[in-house]
Amino acid sequence: MHGWHGKIARIDLTSRSWRTEIPDVDILMKFIGGRGLAGYYIRKKITLNWNHPEMPLLLFTGPLVNTRSPTSGRMTLMSRSPLTGAVGDSSVGGSLGFQLKKAGFDGIVISGKSRNLCGVEILDNDIRITDASPLKGCEISQAASMLKNKGATAVIGPAAENGVLFSSVIIDRHFAAGRSGIGLSFASKNLKYITIKGSGKTSVFDPVALSSAREDVFRLTAASPVLLGEFGISRFGTGALYDLMDAKRMMPTENFQKTRFDRAHSMNAHAFKKNFTPKKTGCRGCHILCKKIAKNGTSIPEFETMSHFSALLGNTDIRTVVNANTVCNEMGMDTISAASTLACFSEISKRKLSPRDIISLLTAIGKKQGAGAELGMGAAKYAKTSGRSDLAMAVKGLELPAYDPRGAYGMALAYATSSRGGCHLRAYPISHEILRKPVATDRFSFNEKARMIKIGEDLNAVADSLTACKFIFFAASLEEYARIYTAVTGIETSGQDLFEAGERICYNERMMNAANGFTDKDDDLPSRFFTMPGVQSNHVRIQPIDRDAFLTARCNYYTARKLNKHGMPTSNVAKRLGLEPIPVKI
Amino acid sequence: MGFKDLNRYNKLKVSKCMSAKAPSIRHPMFRTTENKLVHSGLAEPGAPLLGSLDADLQWNRDSRNIPIFENIFNHLNINALIFSQPAEPYRSIIDHLAELSNGSITPNDCETRTFLHDLPVSSQLSPDALIPRLKMRKSTIIPGHGIITWGMTGLEQAYVTFSSVCFACFVKFFSDFLSLSKKGAADRKTRRLFDRVIQKLDPPASFSGALMEGPFKSTKEVCEAIQEAGRLTVEHRLVDSYFGNISLCHGQTLYISQTGSSLDRLNDAIDLCPLDGSSCVPITASSELPTHLKIVQQTESKAVLHGHPKFSVILSMDCDAENCECRGKCHLKCPRERTACGVPIVSGEVGSGPHSLSNTVPEAIRGHPGVIVYGHGLFTAGETDFNGPFNHLLDIENCCRTEYFNRVGRL
Repeated sequence: MHGWHGKIARIDLTSRSWRTEIPDVDILMKFIGGRGLAGYYIRKKITLNWNHPEMPLLLFTGPLVNTRSPTSGRMTLMSRSPLTGAVGDSSVGGSLGFQLKKAGFDGIVISGKSRNLCGVEILDNDIRITDASPLKGCEISQAASMLKNKGATAVIGPAAENGVLFSSVIIDRHFAAGRSGIGLSFASKNLKYITIKGSGKTSVFDPVALSSAREDVFRLTAASPVLLGEFGISRFGTGALYDLMDAKRMMPTENFQKTRFDRAHSMNAHAFKKNFTPKKTGCRGCHILCKKIAKNGTSIPEFETMSHFSALLGNTDIRTVVNANTVCNEMGMDTISAASTLACFSEISKRKLSPRDIISLLTAIGKKQGAGAELGMGAAKYAKTSGRSDLAMAVKGLELPAYDPRGAYGMALAYATSSRGGCHLRAYPISHEILRKPVATDRFSFNEKARMIKIGEDLNAVADSLTACKFIFFAASLEEYARIYTAVTGIETSGQDLFEAGERICYNERMMNAANGFTDKDDDLPSRFFTMPGVQSNHVRIQPIDRDAFLTARCNYYTARKLNKHGMPTSNVAKRLGLEPIPVKI
Repeated sequence: MGFKDLNRYNKLKVSKCMSAKAPSIRHPMFRTTENKLVHSGLAEPGAPLLGSLDADLQWNRDSRNIPIFENIFNHLNINALIFSQPAEPYRSIIDHLAELSNGSITPNDCETRTFLHDLPVSSQLSPDALIPRLKMRKSTIIPGHGIITWGMTGLEQAYVTFSSVCFACFVKFFSDFLSLSKKGAADRKTRRLFDRVIQKLDPPASFSGALMEGPFKSTKEVCEAIQEAGRLTVEHRLVDSYFGNISLCHGQTLYISQTGSSLDRLNDAIDLCPLDGSSCVPITASSELPTHLKIVQQTESKAVLHGHPKFSVILSMDCDAENCECRGKCHLKCPRERTACGVPIVSGEVGSGPHSLSNTVPEAIRGHPGVIVYGHGLFTAGETDFNGPFNHLLDIENCCRTEYFNRVGRL
């Protein structure tokens, strides 16, 4: 077998045992790996509560991982989201996926619950479940230090141990599997960490063809201003997008009450570069290297974190942005959800948060102390308990990232339809609405966007399953990645064939959400975006989104996605895609 | 398409799940796309068949071939399709290349190498023949019938591919003919086709007017000057589709066309790039920003124009060096100092990679009216405005065209 190892580790923390499972080749081809394969393995259990011992926690790589395929060092972590109740997953970089593949596994399925805090240590073909009580309560860097020399690390922090619903898992100290609260899924199993160290290789069917296909991708990457350009993310990190969001008047400010942050020019990627002189680094197998780490080892915030800990909170202190990022990373909390929850708190309490407030509240959330206990539920639940659900800027309970939907209507639709909630990465229409790739589309129009969003979702489902970084698709397409897939696995395919797998993966997620009671009512945006205008400039007016136009576009999306008029999957389409029914939760 | 049209369209377009019958109104991009195909000489009026799929599939006109393309929409994750017989001389050229091909055409120009890879050919206009090819690539040529291209982000994407296919085939045909003629290998049929095709070429472009005169005093003037030069470059067919770029340095800011912008539609598509790098707003600037920046920072020139005039590109690929160690890699490096019409020809690839043309063009353009990048296009520069760059672009292309036919004529 080329690409895949054809081997999955099933670990039961209750009995502290593990076994190997050999998946059907047909399943590997249908679901590819990463997010797709994790979705396949969770679907039968998806209606269990997120903290049920039998709710699986899944870590999956794809066939391209641990090969010379560009940007292939990523993997997916998945479970049912403690934060949203929907399917919860996070694609993450670092070296964990790479090491898992080197250890000889395509994925791990963890079920059961350990009696005591434990760790999972994988060394090639050997898996040990260890006592992690010495690490109890440890912050990420301390825990990672204690796990030195054990290979790649995936660690949860105090936030997860204390029940914060938006807890993250931190890979190799710096790379966050942030969204959906997967850190709490670890904690629910009494699992503090996973380490993986491998020494094996992944068989590649045709190394020469892989080299040729790599060259095509490198050529496209070099031609991409967003990736390798003078002002691209390779030089400035993902924070390079900050100025553009300001210029487009779509920077979420003060809990999305405004779309322009007056001090953006002094809080941008250039300012971070000047203040912290970061060096380039990145995930294994990536030549873009968008991750920035300061000389003293501090992670420079990603774009979403930069934006939300400045504009969303009205904070003008650049060091507080870095410190907030550090607190979140050390505590193991998703920065987007954390900042958005604070912004929601600020608006409800009518209290402007000082830099000191921001840091102390974040610490309180991580430690579940004082107001932090309530805020640790996330913006949607906090706002609901405060009687102001309308002030939670979230979809399906997942807080929105740093693109105001009033400034990009495809993004508005994509937020609403995303299977994991308020997420920009499922369809990522920013690519064409803002970054002009593959061609520019009208950001203030829903025209043609329904099918574009469906196509974008399918594309990114494939990217998350191969696995490859979504950023590479600002330049390359599945046309090039199909050649890479064929070179690695030996399976003849085309970009369009891979899209079929993407459609299956997305439909499966819609089915899982439907089984848990999600309907078209959940495919919606906070009312603010339909009633309140944003900040205008001489060139741009940010209007409230036309509700009727949005609903029409959503209906069009349901048609394009082949759902019924309430956004529910149909048995005919599921059957065509080879997806068996999922019993609906009573 | 105006905003009025778009709003009317959006209001009238009702989806199936709203339980109302969709009104019969044509997609607003149909007219825009057809006009662009016709005005750029890529298709005859009435020839393009345009399909757009959102919730419903719409066509710009009736055609007996629609069932074939509906089938394609059913099998591909796309939202737009163009099928058209290309206008002459593209039609004859493309049919000829397709006939000689072994299932696909592989031009050596930069656009094909970077974005298209190769151009599949199908002998039949049928779903069974077309779908496998269109699954692999963004276009398929059906000799005698036309070209199909598709988009996932609308008709513009399909248009860009259509235009690139035509450009690539044009360059390949004339390039191959010169090469074959030098070897005495051009057969009678090809020579007859060549004679026929050159009768159908546009006459050499000419321009007797004047562009806005610099130095400019305001941002408004700078943008107007850029838009004027961009529009003229397209009108004189010195660039195809969405390729080419243009910039002007004013004060401490470089004004530059955005990536993927059409040079005749630069309204709202010009990025302001601060020379001190203090803002990342120009993350959407042209891929060639590094080259433009180096030219304005390292030479006296402040206005830069880059087009893809065809005969400049064709001549750049005509090299007689035998046993060259770089043969096949001419776009990456060339050990020789080459010129066409006295203009340097350099190697270099798009963007910022290790073989970026930003490493070759700025140095080569010193003391010259322009620089041709192998298999790619022509850069010209001027000190204060676009009078020099535009006229140089036009003059060099006309000179290269004359030189091309001189070289053919001497054989």
